[in-house]
Amino acid sequence: MNKYECPDCGYIYDETLGAEHEGYPAGTKFDDLPDDFPCPDCFVREKPDFVEQSS
Amino acid sequence: MTENIKKIQTGIQNSGVEDVTADVLEEDSSWIKSKRYWYLTSMILPGVPILSAYIASQTGNGLWLWSMFVVLYAILPLLDHLSGLDAANPSDELMDELGKDRYYVYIMYGATVAHWVALVYMAYVVSSFDFSWFSILGGALSAGIANGLALVAGHELGHKVNDKAQVFCAKLMLACSGYGHFFIEHNKGHHKDVATPEDPATSRFGETIYKFVQREIPGAFRRAWELESARLHRLGKSEWSLSNEIIQPALITITAYTLMLAYFGPVMIPFLAIAAGYGWWQLTCANYVEHYGLMRERDANGRYERCQARHSWNSNHKVSNLVLLHLQRHSDHHAHPTRPYQLLRDYPEVPGLPSGYPWMFAVAMFPSAWFSVMNPMVVNWAEGDMTKVNIDPDVQDEVFKRYHNPKVAKAA
Repeated sequence: MNKYECPDCGYIYDETLGAEHEGYPAGTKFDDLPDDFPCPDCFVREKPDFVEQSS
Repeated sequence: MTENIKKIQTGIQNSGVEDVTADVLEEDSSWIKSKRYWYLTSMILPGVPILSAYIASQTGNGLWLWSMFVVLYAILPLLDHLSGLDAANPSDELMDELGKDRYYVYIMYGATVAHWVALVYMAYVVSSFDFSWFSILGGALSAGIANGLALVAGHELGHKVNDKAQVFCAKLMLACSGYGHFFIEHNKGHHKDVATPEDPATSRFGETIYKFVQREIPGAFRRAWELESARLHRLGKSEWSLSNEIIQPALITITAYTLMLAYFGPVMIPFLAIAAGYGWWQLTCANYVEHYGLMRERDANGRYERCQARHSWNSNHKVSNLVLLHLQRHSDHHAHPTRPYQLLRDYPEVPGLPSGYPWMFAVAMFPSAWFSVMNPMVVNWAEGDMTKVNIDPDVQDEVFKRYHNPKVAKAA
């Protein structure tokens, strides 16, 4: 399970947690998110902007 | 004016917000710390309609009910003019300290209560005493302006999506004027599409505010509903459920308005319609002023560049920034939407307005005055290249004929 960080606000998309409120359940792979998936905190960065975190 | 234009021209070369490091002076730090008391204005201003309605009820002089109208269009612009600009930015250490201080959130909770008290008390006074229709109109418009301020505070709270209490208060605040869909529309819609022709909440060059509002209000509602429906469908729920975050605040509004109608009588129908409508109008004014004519460019793949500092109109006017929770530091708000109001920063080279928002709202209502102030500033911003400007398609040809002159602008 990987983590990806929003370069604007620091939100981390953690695949183990998903983004439940936005309708992406725990376990949703980053690759399975739509391309226009916005950061669920700041909404001004999208999937292509996210940076994969080295584990 | 010259100073503003200079700001805009340099803003083109330096659009990255993060690049700018500002020196922080000692006196700035003490002023910024003292602002903690000045922000109490957010709780005190809803007291103006309360106090003036009380005076009107005691003296029988209904002109007092116009108080907020005078505050917004006369007193705030005058105080802005007298108090001047505030370019102070907190240092990194101070940012850390102020960001953790819950005091600034508690002010917003206090303001939530104050706004509901103001609306209900004004409703009580206009319905329970014998006032002329003109006085009642003033009371409704004053309540509408207070509702506009509630939308500003609701906007602030609505960005704090990780804090349930703040989101709940945002819904309460927005419900004052029945505009509960705003925090969805704004966070997920406006912030994504800002400064593009697709955004119903970004005004276009040559578009009057009266034309803009007809695109903005239905467009914003439609976008909010589509975004919320899509979220609920992903969750396997119907949009017609209590999980719908547009329906939740709407139920608060319907309940409160029904109770006021039952207790205060039929005068509530025009009163609440005007108070809600004039609250919406304040938001329309803000949306109209914040990004007029500015447009993001597309990259090679057709994707819009991320919103830059140069895509918002700013103002550093001291008093209106305290009253509007630094909403006028709009470039920083769009760069960092989750940043709380007490931390919003000024940048030296962002597009600047000649006055604070309250006075610009008044100017916006007179389209010829608005165009004469703002159109030359947008042309300068674009260096005369009108292909870079977000133009109302209905006046496109006329605008190009009159303003498009990139070579001259570059040579000058």
